[in-house]
Amino acid sequence: MPPSDTMIPEAELTVVRKPLPHDSAPRHVTGSAAYIDDIREMAGTLHLAPGYAPIAAGRIIDLDLAAVRAAPGVVAVLTAEDIPGANDISPKLIGDDPALATGEIRFHGQVVFVVVAETRDQARRAAKKAKFKTEATAPVIDVDQASDTVLPDYAFTRGDPDAAVAGAPVSFSDTFRIGGQEHFYLEGQISMAIPGEAGEMLVYASTQHPSEVQHLVSHALHIPSSAVTVEIRRMGGGFGGKESQASQWAVLAALAAWKTGQPCKMRLDREDDMIMTGKRHDFRVDYSVGHDENGLLKGVDVALHARCGHSEDLSMGVVDRTMFHADNSYFYPECRVLTRRHRTNTVSNTAFRGFGGPQGMVFAERMMDQIAYRLGKDPLDVRKANFYAPGRDLTPFGQQVTDNLLHELVGELEVKSDYRARRAEISAWNAESRILKRGLALTPVKFGISFTLMPLNQAGALVHLYRDGSLHLNHGGTEMGQGLFLKVAQVVAEEFGVDIGKVAITATRTDKVPNTSPTAASTGTDLNAMAALNACGQIKDRLYAFIEEKWQVRRNQVKFREGQVFLGNRAMPLAELVNAAYMERVQLSAAGFYKTPKIAWNRDKAEGRPFFYFAYGASCSEVTIDTMTGEMKVDRVDVLHDVGKSINPAIDIGQIEGGFVQGMGWLTTEELVWDAQGRLRTHAPSTYKIPAASDIPEHFRVELYESDGAREKTIYRSKAVGEPPLMLPISVWCAIANAVAAVRPGGVPKLDAPATPEAIMKAVRAMLAGD
Amino acid sequence: MRETIRFVRRGQIVEISNFDPMTTLLDHLRLAEGATGTKEGCGEGDCGACTVAIGRTVKDRVVYEPVNACIQLLGMVDGAEIVAVEDLAEGSALHPVQSAMVEKHGSQCGFCTPGFVMSLFTLYQSTEGPVTRSTINDWIAGNLCRCTGYRPIVEAAVAACSGERADRFRTANADTAGILSFLNDERDVFIGDDQRFFAAPASIDGLAALYEQHPSAVIVSGATDVGLWITKQLRDIPKIIHIGRVPGLDGIEDTGRELLIGAAATYADVEPYARAIDPDLGELFRRIGSKQVRASGTVGGNVANGSPIGDTPPALIALGATLELRRGTRSRVMPVEEFYIDYGKQNRASGEFVTGLMIPHLKEGQVFRCYKVTKRFDQDISSVMGAFSFTLAADGTVREARIAYGGMAGIPKRAKGAESALLGASIRDSAVWSKAFAALKEDFTPMSDHRASAAYRAETAHALLGKALLEAAGAPTSRTRLIGRREALHAAE
Repeated sequence: MPPSDTMIPEAELTVVRKPLPHDSAPRHVTGSAAYIDDIREMAGTLHLAPGYAPIAAGRIIDLDLAAVRAAPGVVAVLTAEDIPGANDISPKLIGDDPALATGEIRFHGQVVFVVVAETRDQARRAAKKAKFKTEATAPVIDVDQASDTVLPDYAFTRGDPDAAVAGAPVSFSDTFRIGGQEHFYLEGQISMAIPGEAGEMLVYASTQHPSEVQHLVSHALHIPSSAVTVEIRRMGGGFGGKESQASQWAVLAALAAWKTGQPCKMRLDREDDMIMTGKRHDFRVDYSVGHDENGLLKGVDVALHARCGHSEDLSMGVVDRTMFHADNSYFYPECRVLTRRHRTNTVSNTAFRGFGGPQGMVFAERMMDQIAYRLGKDPLDVRKANFYAPGRDLTPFGQQVTDNLLHELVGELEVKSDYRARRAEISAWNAESRILKRGLALTPVKFGISFTLMPLNQAGALVHLYRDGSLHLNHGGTEMGQGLFLKVAQVVAEEFGVDIGKVAITATRTDKVPNTSPTAASTGTDLNAMAALNACGQIKDRLYAFIEEKWQVRRNQVKFREGQVFLGNRAMPLAELVNAAYMERVQLSAAGFYKTPKIAWNRDKAEGRPFFYFAYGASCSEVTIDTMTGEMKVDRVDVLHDVGKSINPAIDIGQIEGGFVQGMGWLTTEELVWDAQGRLRTHAPSTYKIPAASDIPEHFRVELYESDGAREKTIYRSKAVGEPPLMLPISVWCAIANAVAAVRPGGVPKLDAPATPEAIMKAVRAMLAGD
Repeated sequence: MRETIRFVRRGQIVEISNFDPMTTLLDHLRLAEGATGTKEGCGEGDCGACTVAIGRTVKDRVVYEPVNACIQLLGMVDGAEIVAVEDLAEGSALHPVQSAMVEKHGSQCGFCTPGFVMSLFTLYQSTEGPVTRSTINDWIAGNLCRCTGYRPIVEAAVAACSGERADRFRTANADTAGILSFLNDERDVFIGDDQRFFAAPASIDGLAALYEQHPSAVIVSGATDVGLWITKQLRDIPKIIHIGRVPGLDGIEDTGRELLIGAAATYADVEPYARAIDPDLGELFRRIGSKQVRASGTVGGNVANGSPIGDTPPALIALGATLELRRGTRSRVMPVEEFYIDYGKQNRASGEFVTGLMIPHLKEGQVFRCYKVTKRFDQDISSVMGAFSFTLAADGTVREARIAYGGMAGIPKRAKGAESALLGASIRDSAVWSKAFAALKEDFTPMSDHRASAAYRAETAHALLGKALLEAAGAPTSRTRLIGRREALHAAE
């Protein structure tokens, strides 16, 4: 019996590889695509608003909620005491992250109570009326102040890095800072819970991880997981911010629904959302490097200090991934990659597109730049010299790089972007320009694909084939704009040879596909499309058997194409075949499953193969800075990115461009500022600046790298595309450093991230002072 | 007296007589109408997800402008047509801007998309023929997208606006204009009672009398600031007086010697006039807020609310602008700089309100420069804003220097020390520049906040003065600035 997950041969593909528009696009543009807040409310739906203490650290001595309860429209005010089960929203159920804080306050914005009122406006206004008596302690804001950690230190060590650095012809040490990032999904956090009979709870949650929401709601209400159903049709953006941190609002909405017996909805105001939910981890990086006269690395010793916030959340996986990518594309002969995960009195930092990887890679690229500037070489030459290559292909965590595209891909972009000629032209221009300086940089990306927590590398799907030949598709992946639903549907349509419109794309629901992994780590298509393919294969296997029995045509002579089934010399509409199969009592529905092969990772021993494969890319960016004010403009960007063989090139280009701009924002305009009292001061789009249309250069050219596709057997030889592009704009940041370097040729720029005007001025000043 | 507001929705006149004065247009659409296509992204007019088009008659034609429904008060749309994202398609036939967005892959998560569609709709209505990249960038600067990186949206705009404009809104324009002109009567609007009301007087005398009677009322023009008092600060504002229906208060007149601006004139309306005074002033206006904010917000409001980082006051002060205040039947005029007393405190009596501004044209020998330094170029509030006016004799002697900064003190403020250091000296004398820089240090003690540190502010204030002096001494702005280069702006004229 042949495997039930055989893919259609390349030459016969009709739906896969097509640049189809997002399945919801016509509904997006007409306003008819419903997000949770758009679902028509049932009569009696109540609304929640959170209340929090005015301090970042300390204790609540007394909480007077009388005025809150007496406010117009208030139906209930709930505190931790009202939770029948576990007061815990930590992803690992370790109890370090309460849904509602009790005596101790661990960050400014930690929710202490929720108001349940007839309208959202009433709930918000009532929440303001709480009277807190608190005993504040001095908050620990950043890693410099921190003394406690949320997890033990963890390191990859190879050889004797101390000796390698000390014994190298050239060595240096430095320290720098990498800022965090707010997700700024356009749709804020939201959940709506509807109580059912027999203690059941239906929860609509804008979450990347419906199964986790299901489990946490069941724990909080002390009911079985089977009593809780979580549904999400689409999110208005996620980016990692709705992986673990969507749970709290779902738990609170479910708690209120449990208490009141009425449907309850909790939609955070943007300001609350930004104050109460975690962000990308910010870092201080301390490092020592040894290299030879050509810039070839001898030893790297780096300590990456992450601000994790008040609880663990996903900091194990996130900061591990910083370590997995602290090499980016470069071979470190001897090295120590150490991470410390600091506990602070700030919101618990969490997943964000790239999941810690970008911070490790920014370090690697800064190190490459500094080696080049010290040696008076072009940074691109130093980068290329240090690329993984045959004989130099073992990562610090022991996985061999076997699918290396760095040399070919970067070489191609170097030519396409006209790097060398522009380098010469810019140098000449800078020599003549006193105030404005231009910079150019070309940086690579190598990103490992798979969850490094091994059990998550599995997925389920559910496919129904109806008697009219239409298909119903469901799987554990969630749609947050990345086009996952469409890509999986393309695979299903291809299997049955039908038009994409024949495949009904349906909301993710925990009662259809259970025990799902979060839609994260760029694995959405890799896992779910494979699971769907498997489900299709099972149905097709049954149809093949039916055909063989009924018409004596062997499966290798059967083709599903153009809505028809071709069997030998005969052809019939798919519906006719399906109906005939139904009449003979053939099962036309299947639950598919997939688990990523070949991977294994033992964290305790730091050995194994955590990644199924690597995705590659490179970008070349040119900027101009104003050395009087620190203002910066991106003038040109060229990108070449490897998605294997694309399932949908339009969707993939969209992911690359969007990821690029989001990463560019992280490294340039997006700055998170907390005050000494631990209050986030940049808690709104008026103060936190994500890129706008005019920040994108007119020349912004993104191309897919042409290849035979992923070396491993991925779905139609495609590669993951969600996260890798986020790190492409490190070239923008390096180009800014390059422009700063032009202020004093021979100097070594020291730029922090994000490169705001103020950070650029700081680097310019340091250059002028000869630091 | 009219005790209802009236507006046009989908060709029908809607009349509402019972609503709280603080009701926003967004809440009306989503909660009262159930029209959930329009989204709330931030609730403060900064993301554009809630953008709707407001049609009003200008010279017998309906002109559609984008506004942020989240901070637009419902009462303010009296007499207008409201077009939301659900209203564009006819059955399954998408509007050209919608089909372009689909074809160019302009949506990913889709949450910002309705706002973009409505911004592009107003672009489609407001222009003829192809549109440039910079026009599009400016038009959508107030719409944030976190997914696409904007390129496909820009391409959708180019595609939708490439051919002849033809849609049913254009076809129906004259009819709609007729309905709107019928709605725009000259009756005072008053909804509510003495304790809680939304009022929109239809005469300046009516406005003055009402405000004298209710000095605790809040006057709104565009509500781009007051809207946030409601949605973010959750203040209770029981009495709201909207000045948008007062005839003539939105007037703009260029006498050739001076520009007269009514208190209700929007940034958008003033921008071309400001540009005619000086390209830098025009560019400053272009960079205030977003298209949506500029379509609602007013220069009068920007001056009157007294923000320390309001972007127009430093420029107005440097140009020697004056403002007119009125209380009851009495009016007075004062230089803009005298209006600002201290942080949050203005030279304005109870019941007194701003009626207009006067900006003098540049005189012979007068050089004007202003610079806005921000984290993001478009739709950001300045960390430092500097405005400079030097009146030079033919030999380059500084006859008058007016230098004003925003973001450097609790109020927009002149750099008197730096000004006097330059007075009477040659604009090209670098020794005098050094004196001016030293004096500037004494002029201000800036603060650190989330926009910038005190040290960066001081350093940037110095840099901006340096830039202004360099340019006044003849340096081309192509060598001194990244954006807003005057050579390009002149060429575009």
